[in-house]
Amino acid sequence: MVNPLNQAAQFGYRTAFGLFEVPMAGAQRLIGIGRIAWLFLLPNLVIFGLFTFLPIILNFFYATTGSDAILLSQRPYVGAENFASLLSCDNYLDPNSCRRDIFWRAIYNTSWFVVLQVGFMILFSLLTALILNRDIPFRGFFRGVFFYPVLLSPVVVALIWKWILQRYGVLNAGLEGVGLPTVNWLISADWAFFWVIFVSIWAHMGFYTLILLAGLQAIPSDVYEAAEMDGASRWRVFSRITMPLLMPTMVVVLVLSLIRAVQAFDEIFVLTGGGPGTATTLILQYIYETGFASRPQLFGLAAAASILMAVVLLVLTLLQLRATRSQAEG
Amino acid sequence: MVWSFISRTRGRNRFDLTDWLTWGYLIFGILLMFGPVLWVAMSSFKTDAALSEYPPTFLPLSPQTVIVEGYDEPLPLYEITGGEYEGRTLAQIRRIGLNAQMVDPQNPGERLNVSINDREPAREFSVAWGNYTQLFERFNFMQYFWNSAFITVVATIITVIFNSMAAFALAKYKFRGRTVVFLLIIATLMIPPTINLVPIYLVVNELGIVNSPWGVIWPAVATPTGVFLLRQYMLTIPDDLLDAARMDHASEWRVYWRIVLPLAAPAIAVLVIFSVMWRWNEFLWPLIVLTRSEEFTLQLALNAFQGDLQTSWSGLLAMTVLTLLPITIIFALLQKNITAGIAQSGVK
Repeated sequence: MVNPLNQAAQFGYRTAFGLFEVPMAGAQRLIGIGRIAWLFLLPNLVIFGLFTFLPIILNFFYATTGSDAILLSQRPYVGAENFASLLSCDNYLDPNSCRRDIFWRAIYNTSWFVVLQVGFMILFSLLTALILNRDIPFRGFFRGVFFYPVLLSPVVVALIWKWILQRYGVLNAGLEGVGLPTVNWLISADWAFFWVIFVSIWAHMGFYTLILLAGLQAIPSDVYEAAEMDGASRWRVFSRITMPLLMPTMVVVLVLSLIRAVQAFDEIFVLTGGGPGTATTLILQYIYETGFASRPQLFGLAAAASILMAVVLLVLTLLQLRATRSQAEG
Repeated sequence: MVWSFISRTRGRNRFDLTDWLTWGYLIFGILLMFGPVLWVAMSSFKTDAALSEYPPTFLPLSPQTVIVEGYDEPLPLYEITGGEYEGRTLAQIRRIGLNAQMVDPQNPGERLNVSINDREPAREFSVAWGNYTQLFERFNFMQYFWNSAFITVVATIITVIFNSMAAFALAKYKFRGRTVVFLLIIATLMIPPTINLVPIYLVVNELGIVNSPWGVIWPAVATPTGVFLLRQYMLTIPDDLLDAARMDHASEWRVYWRIVLPLAAPAIAVLVIFSVMWRWNEFLWPLIVLTRSEEFTLQLALNAFQGDLQTSWSGLLAMTVLTLLPITIIFALLQKNITAGIAQSGVK
């Protein structure tokens, strides 16, 4: 039986790619088969050039110029003024004493967020992966359960939790039902910070669970059988066999989640808007608001802040490269 | 039979403490991961009256109202649970302190005084389809859906074509500079767009595609992940197949799209899934580039509505459900492929 949809798709595929037959064959005769590879690389390299490599250079131009003009020709050179403004503080432990106090609050918030979110997320991912690695029925289904929130968009994730956490939401109703005091979760600074971490763990832990699970399944079973023959206790098997063999995967997961936590923005922005006050404002939100959301648009300051963030990310990425290399070698 | 199936762990038949903990954790996991989504889905079918009820009910039950002769507004109905009028269903006219002035709908002339502790709102099961239909009538939902779908589909097609061309060049040709180009592309993995927001905006601005779907599509179509994924797969396609086609005077372009692309279909499927996920869920970059509401994607529209105090939760919840629905359906159908693809490549 001929499937008309399939046929249409094939027709579309043939026409679209077939259109380039003649020009590409002509180009091949013109530049020779030895250089045809560059023609295949061209579209990708143009995009990378325009939207990745050129912007890296432009970023430094923006960071060293002032005013709210987007066009470089209209921006006066100010040297290190933007960096100096961001980094000027009387006392680095007290954001109030800094010229850009919100930037420093964002730095402190981000630091706490990164430590707590990554720490607890890895803990729960590891626990979940260990449980899913047991020989239980419906394992594929349970793997899917923990992975499902990963696919939801950050906006949807934030709205789901906003609905649950609102003043007259289901969580407060439940607490009241068992006689506990209710809380206006997203209005209290400490609770808002807690929920920001909680929601971001909820949304992302499935991804890391999956990677850790793959790592666990790569451990050969004969190692466990040998340990069982020696009568090793469960804890001993875990601490002496599972953990050391899982370490390379753990390092990859740690670095990947660190890199992502430093750039956290979407869910938090929709859930709390960075508030109450600046209690949950993270560094990327500061960059977004400085450069795009507030008037005047301080592009220079935003670029300088993103270069500072890039330095942190670069260090983390180099750690990741070292980790992946030692994993490949070990 | 069922019990021995559930308790089957590592070939043992005894159900010990770790098994209890395992199943406790897994059931808690189902509740925690699916519960919130289910709660929102149920809430999205509630009427505004039911949404403002506290404590909320799980099912879309709506407080009943009744039109009583002599009153302009419909009056809320209550079941009387105690006192003089126990067992009757009365309509409330107004509340005065700890008492409520009520009336029997059958006998509108007589006013009755009931303590508020003796009454419970009468509920009926009512599904508020209006939450969904209003999205199409008042909220321009189709426009946002179309914007999101356009960006997702077009960006994914371009991503697959551009990335597979680059992967083909890197996997199947030996030329000077190949290693350099490959390393350069891999290096861009280290440069997330978040650190280049301002200059990328300048480039998009110069190209005149601010406030256009193309301003969202172009900056991210060349993904290092995609090139890497496809190149690794294409390396496994034997060169003999390509040489055989060249003997038949096929051009290099023909070799690429008639032989290599179809053979790389499994890897392309993984890239398609990723790309659809990235694009459908993308938030920060569209937020910067698209400022006119008629260009908004679904994610931006949701964000704009939740910030707007005029919007009621009923519309917002329905829109949230419609936004998570496509991804949920795709996930339900392709769960195995998605989790396997991610576990293998370690990308998201």
